[in-house]
Amino acid sequence: MPLNRRSFLTLSALAGGGFALRMNLAPLEALAQRPAPKFIPSAFIQIASTGIVTITAPAPEIGQGIRTMLPMVIAEELDAAWSQVVVKQAELNAEAYGFQGAGGSMSTPNLFDPMRKVGAAGRALLVSAAAKRWGVAESECTTKAGRVSHAASGKSLGYGEVADEAAKLPLPDADKLVLKNPKDYTIVGKAQLGVDNHALFTGKPQFAIDVRLPGMLYAVYEKSPVYAGKPKSANLDEILKMPGVKKAFLVEGKVNNSGVIEFDGGLEPGVAIVAESWWQANQARKSLKVEWEFVRGTDQSSAGFEAAAQKLLASAPQANTRIDGDAEAALKSAAKKVEAVYSYPFLAHGTLEPQGTTAWFHDGGLEIFTQSQLPGPGRSAIAKTLGLDEKTITVRMLRAGGGFGRRLVSEFMVEAAWIARVAGAPVQLLWSREDDIHHDPYRPAGWHKFTAGLDAQGKVTAWRQNFVTFGEGTHTASSAGMGKDEFPAGAVENYEQNLSTMPLWLRTGPLRAPGANALCFVGQSFIDELAVAGKRDPLELQREILTTGIQTTKDKQRAHYFERMLGVLNQVAQESKWSEYQSGAKTKGTGMGISVYACHLGYFAHVARVEVDAAKKVRVTDVWACGDVGSEIINPSGALAQVEGSILEGMSQMIQQITLADGRVEQTNYHQHPLLRMRQTPALHLSWRITDNPPTGLGEPALPSTISAIANAIFAATGERIRTLPLSKSGYSWA
Amino acid sequence: MQLRVNNQILTVHAAPETPLLWVLREELTLVGSKFGCGMGLCGACTVLVDGHATRSCITPISTLDGKQITTIEGLSAEGTHPVQKAWNEVDVPQCGYCQAGQILTAKALLDHTPDPTDEQIDAAMSNNLCRCGTYPRIRKAIHRAAEMGKSTHAMLEIREELLAAKGESNAIKS
Repeated sequence: MPLNRRSFLTLSALAGGGFALRMNLAPLEALAQRPAPKFIPSAFIQIASTGIVTITAPAPEIGQGIRTMLPMVIAEELDAAWSQVVVKQAELNAEAYGFQGAGGSMSTPNLFDPMRKVGAAGRALLVSAAAKRWGVAESECTTKAGRVSHAASGKSLGYGEVADEAAKLPLPDADKLVLKNPKDYTIVGKAQLGVDNHALFTGKPQFAIDVRLPGMLYAVYEKSPVYAGKPKSANLDEILKMPGVKKAFLVEGKVNNSGVIEFDGGLEPGVAIVAESWWQANQARKSLKVEWEFVRGTDQSSAGFEAAAQKLLASAPQANTRIDGDAEAALKSAAKKVEAVYSYPFLAHGTLEPQGTTAWFHDGGLEIFTQSQLPGPGRSAIAKTLGLDEKTITVRMLRAGGGFGRRLVSEFMVEAAWIARVAGAPVQLLWSREDDIHHDPYRPAGWHKFTAGLDAQGKVTAWRQNFVTFGEGTHTASSAGMGKDEFPAGAVENYEQNLSTMPLWLRTGPLRAPGANALCFVGQSFIDELAVAGKRDPLELQREILTTGIQTTKDKQRAHYFERMLGVLNQVAQESKWSEYQSGAKTKGTGMGISVYACHLGYFAHVARVEVDAAKKVRVTDVWACGDVGSEIINPSGALAQVEGSILEGMSQMIQQITLADGRVEQTNYHQHPLLRMRQTPALHLSWRITDNPPTGLGEPALPSTISAIANAIFAATGERIRTLPLSKSGYSWA
Repeated sequence: MQLRVNNQILTVHAAPETPLLWVLREELTLVGSKFGCGMGLCGACTVLVDGHATRSCITPISTLDGKQITTIEGLSAEGTHPVQKAWNEVDVPQCGYCQAGQILTAKALLDHTPDPTDEQIDAAMSNNLCRCGTYPRIRKAIHRAAEMGKSTHAMLEIREELLAAKGESNAIKS
């Protein structure tokens, strides 16, 4: 696997005996905003003379299981006994640990090989030390479960017994390290329980919201109900008299009034209330009267967006984003032309732990306790906004009560720091659920008009996709764009993709499987529609499109991409007995749908089975999913958890929406932005397709195709095509 | 006022209308119970009040005089309660934020219904939201805990029979 990184190792003795192995992980280029590569080492392994192996988990844990998974990889190559491993969370230190973030399902592809090498280097040192002590050749020594052994003499030493000597040895060359044959893995590839399970089940402080500091106060922060607004005045004197309230003040901040909001918008204006308890702060807030000045956006509404989008769809597109062949001519000569408009709403993330951060100025510096997914850029934003030297800010990365892309934006870190400085005490800022729903970087809404041509056999000969989204010109708002390679580009001879944008005064951002969670729904639903129009089995039409792509593209990578999609599609069809269903007798009110998609380096196909009653209540009885994320499922328990969660989140996304009226978000809490419930959970049938490709991440790719598979199943059961979400717009709901 | 939390009588100073959640989290530093919605919608704040699953974010402490409150910290510090053990075996959590509430709701269910069906589990658990989607594993873990409970129960019965044979049963019961 070509990794864009340079690495080297350093070694040091531990004060209490044993050694620490450090390895530089130069930042990778796959994610934006990474610091420039530096040759400063980072610490991953510490072996105490007692034999306890402490492994540092570098990335933020947001529920994706990274604190268990990356240490497993190190422990595997180290040949440690997993039961002797203790996992320690790294603090934010880009110079020591390289890039530290959680997003885009990138931790596995970026860190799998580097973590293997860290472990292998540690093992090599321990073997050297033992061989030296015994006066035997290193090649005669073997390792297993935290011990080095020499078979000929029957000698054996625990890692802790040779760690001190190993600390004094020269480092092995990272590029010459011999990595294990995956066949010999004893930790990787075996289901390992979450390293934090015990702490979670006994209520130990784990999350950012659990931080407790001496003299700490609690804050709420009221921001403008219309995105581009600021407070002119507030009844602060009255608020200050309320029980427990210590401080109440306006924060000037910065109004964001651009049509394409910056990803990191800095400190938004608002009113802070700081009290002895969070409940008191939030109670005082109920009496808060703010006079707002709305700079822009008060005329925004969901109805207005809908009207503007329809107008744009009816006119010539503003920009052409891809042309292959001649779609216009192919449409004219097509045996059948199919047209459809699809749309989807804004969505909020709604992480169960609301946004927040604890900030504490002490000893000439600032200490931050946060659950950000991108704490590095968050720290930079604090430094910039508060005029601090970044080196004086220490960031503790704490477990996040869910991420899903929400915490890639770290404005709450800046808010906490600002409020703590004014308050003159350690402050825990905690948003209410209503704050969270009202000030989300929303998954952007979008509209697509499709026109496709079919030949007499129902083969897709032309595809035109006119996309209406938010932005200025061709500069789209965060997560509101569409790639030139959006499926089925490259697999349809005459393909055309167009773009029109409209302004938005609202922040948007990545929601789990950004882009894909919406684009797959529309594209894969429309393909299903084409199968029906051409009287084809949807599976056969999907196969035909993918095969055409494999045969006609000159781009090897693209062919490989289609092949992997075809692989999971075929496997899920088999697992779900799709062909038996297709050839069998159909019952009204029951149906199966199929869908396939690739995103974030992973490939997934889904089949859903639904039962729909006369009141349009939908029961998803079964979902089959097959995934290809390469050669290794590092932690099968955690990996399956990500797939299970992705499927259920897909179902949640199908019933959610954020709407605006007079520039204000209308939803407030979970009753209006619901989550799937246990009784609505289908039976899940999951399988892997193991392929000879580098292992990749599972935070995102299992989600998108869930939605289209279910929407296609609803069509199969009812004859009604779901062309817009949420389902309630078509009268459907989960049973 | 005084609260009886995890078998301890504790004096608290918060105003009587303060919801239990904030007294637990801030005054008593029992942070295992979580804040999710503030409206009793999500269940992250669930504790047991006299054995009943209760939303602590909307329960003023003034209503809790003389009641027995159990939080996740009081279930068993070592994680040896069958529900905790089953949760670990099944590897339930993803982010873990809702799990204290899930575990306590499951305990209340199992205390009243030692061997629940899927339907009974769904009915008891469907108001505890999990944003990560751990529902299939929660259901599995509840069945597993029920199995463990059955074997524990069976052992207690055997012991009781043996003791009864010796005429000591009443001593144990009291």
